[in-house]
Amino acid sequence: MTAVSAPVPRKPSGPGVLVRRLVDKYLLLVYTALAVIYLLLPVAIIILFSFNDPAGKSNVVWQGFTLKYWFHPLQVDGLPQAVGLSLVIAFLSTAIATVLGTLVALALVRYDFRIRKATNALIFVPMATPEIILGASLLTMFVSIGNDPFFPLNFTTILIAHVMFNISYVVVTVRARLSGFPRHLEEAAMDLYANELQTFWKVTFPLILPGIIAAALLAFSLSIDDFVITNFTSGKAQTFPMFIYAKNRIGVPPQVNVVGTIIFLVAVGAVLITTIRGRRKK
Amino acid sequence: MGVWLKRHSWITPYALLAPGMLWLTVFYVYPGIQMFIASFWSGSLEKGFTFSFENYTNYTDAFNQFAPYYGRSIVYAAAATLLTFLIAYPLAYTIATKGGAQKNLLLFLVVAPFFTSFLLRTIAWKIILADSGIVLGPLKGFGLVPDDFRLLATPIAVISGITYNFLPFMTLPIYVAIEKVDGRLVEAAKDLYAGPWRPGGLIIGGLVGGTLAAVLGVIFNWNWPVMAILGGSMGAFTGWYLVSESFIRVTFPLSLSGVFAGSLLTFIPAIGDYVNAEFLGNPDTRMIGNVIQNKFLTQNDYPTAAALSFMLMAGVLAVVAIYARVLGTDDLSTGRM
Repeated sequence: MTAVSAPVPRKPSGPGVLVRRLVDKYLLLVYTALAVIYLLLPVAIIILFSFNDPAGKSNVVWQGFTLKYWFHPLQVDGLPQAVGLSLVIAFLSTAIATVLGTLVALALVRYDFRIRKATNALIFVPMATPEIILGASLLTMFVSIGNDPFFPLNFTTILIAHVMFNISYVVVTVRARLSGFPRHLEEAAMDLYANELQTFWKVTFPLILPGIIAAALLAFSLSIDDFVITNFTSGKAQTFPMFIYAKNRIGVPPQVNVVGTIIFLVAVGAVLITTIRGRRKK
Repeated sequence: MGVWLKRHSWITPYALLAPGMLWLTVFYVYPGIQMFIASFWSGSLEKGFTFSFENYTNYTDAFNQFAPYYGRSIVYAAAATLLTFLIAYPLAYTIATKGGAQKNLLLFLVVAPFFTSFLLRTIAWKIILADSGIVLGPLKGFGLVPDDFRLLATPIAVISGITYNFLPFMTLPIYVAIEKVDGRLVEAAKDLYAGPWRPGGLIIGGLVGGTLAAVLGVIFNWNWPVMAILGGSMGAFTGWYLVSESFIRVTFPLSLSGVFAGSLLTFIPAIGDYVNAEFLGNPDTRMIGNVIQNKFLTQNDYPTAAALSFMLMAGVLAVVAIYARVLGTDDLSTGRM
C-alpha cells in the first residue's frame, strides 16, 4: 500500500494549524468524556457511600471507610424481605410478560388480521402514559372493586401492575428482532414434513430466543427498579425501591447502597456476558 | 386438533394476541375508564363514593386550586427537556460519528445509570448538590459563592435532577437518528462545496453559550453580563469553528426525528415526576405529581386526585396523539430500548 505514489498535498503550517488540529481531534472527545463522567458520577457516589461509615442515621456525608456493611448487607429490619419481594415480583412479572408479549409480537409480525391498528395502539399508548397515571388508574380500579384479591393492595396488585407495564416493552423488543426473520428456514422445515408445532420449537424459537432473552432482561430491570407504579399499587407490601423511599426521610442505611451496588454489578455482568456470547456466535 | 387448526387458521393470530391484549385491556384501558368515573365521585373512602355528573365541579375546583402546579410542572419539564437536548445532542453526535470501535461501549455507559436504582441516583444528587458537597464545597472554599448559598431545595436542584434522570431517553433516539443518516449524503454535500457555516454557527453558538452562562450567573449570583460575554464568546468560537454547512443542511435536519422522539420521551416522564421534586426540592417546588400522589396515597381524596390525573393524562395524550399523527410512532419505540 505504501508503495503507491500519490501526490502529497501541501500541508499548511503555523501555530493556527496546530490549535486547529487539536480542537478537531479532541474537542468533541473531551466533551464526551465530561458527559460520561456526569452520567456516571451518581453511580460512583452510590458505590462510594456503600463503604461509608456514617455517624448517625443519615448517610449523606462522608465519614470514613469501612467494609462492615459489605459483610452484613442485609442486616437492616425489613431490607431482606423487601429485596426478596422485589426479586419474586421481578421474576414472576418478567416470566408472564415475556410469554404474553412474545405471543403478541409473533401475531403482529407473522399474521394478517383485522385489528392490527388497534393492537399497535394498545401496545404503544401505555409506554406513552406517565407512570403516575398508570399507577393512579390501577389504584382507582382496585379501590372501586374494594375487595379481595385487589383491596387492600397486596402482592397480587403489584404483580398485575408490573406485568401490565412490561408487556409493551417485550412486544417492542421481540418485534424488532422478528422483523428481519429468515422465513425461508421455516418453509424448508415445513417442506421436510415438520408440522407447525415442530417447526416453531425446532426452527422459529431458537432463532428468536436472543430477542426473547433481551426482552426478558429489559422487563426484569424495569420491574426491579420500578418505584412510581409500585408506590400506587403496593399498599403495605414493601419492594426494594419502596423500602428506599420509606427510609429516605430518616436516612438511608449504607446496606441499601451495598444492595444497590450488587444489583448494578449483576446487571453490568449480565450485559457483558450476553454481549460476549453474541459476539462469539457471529 | 391439528386438522381443526388448519381449517380455522384465521384463529391463530387472535389466539396469540388474546392473552396479552386482554391483560392490557383489563389493567390499562379499564382502569383509565374507572379513573374517569372516579373523577365524578363525591364522598369519602370511609362513607363510600357516589357517582354523579354534577360532580364535574371536581374538575373546576381542582383546576382552580392546582393550576399553578400544572404550570410549574410544564415549566420544569420543558426546561429539563431543553437541557437534556443541549447535553445529549453533541454526545449522541460524537458517539454516532466518531465512536468507531468504542460505539457500543459508549452507548453502554449512557444507559449504565439505569442499572442502579432511580431513587438511589436521585439521593446521590442530594449528596452532590449538598451545601458543602462536591459542587458547592470548592466554590465556597474559593469564595465564589456566599457561605449560605444553597442548591438543594431549590428549583435548580429539581430541574437538574430531572435532567439527569431522563438524559438517556433523549440521547438514544438522537443517536439512532444520526446513525441512520447516510454518510454519502454528507460526502455529496461536501463535494458540492458545503464548507464551514461561519456566520450562522457564530450567532447560534454565541446565543446558546451566552444564555446558558447568563442563567448560570444569575443562579450563582455572579456578574451575569460578564458571564454572558464569556459564555457567549466561547459558544461563538465553538459554533464558528465546529458547525459546518453539511451538518446544518444534511445531518441536523435528518436527525430531527430523533430530537422530537427524544423530547417526547423525556417530557412525558418529566411532567408526571414527583420523586425529584420531593427529594431535591422544597414545598414551593412541588409539581402536579406530588399533589396527585399526596391526594391518592395520604389524603385518600380519590375524586380530586382522579380529576387531576385525568387532566394530566388528557394533556399528555393530546400531545402524543398529535406527535403520532404527524411523525408516526416508530422512533419512539426505538428510543425506549
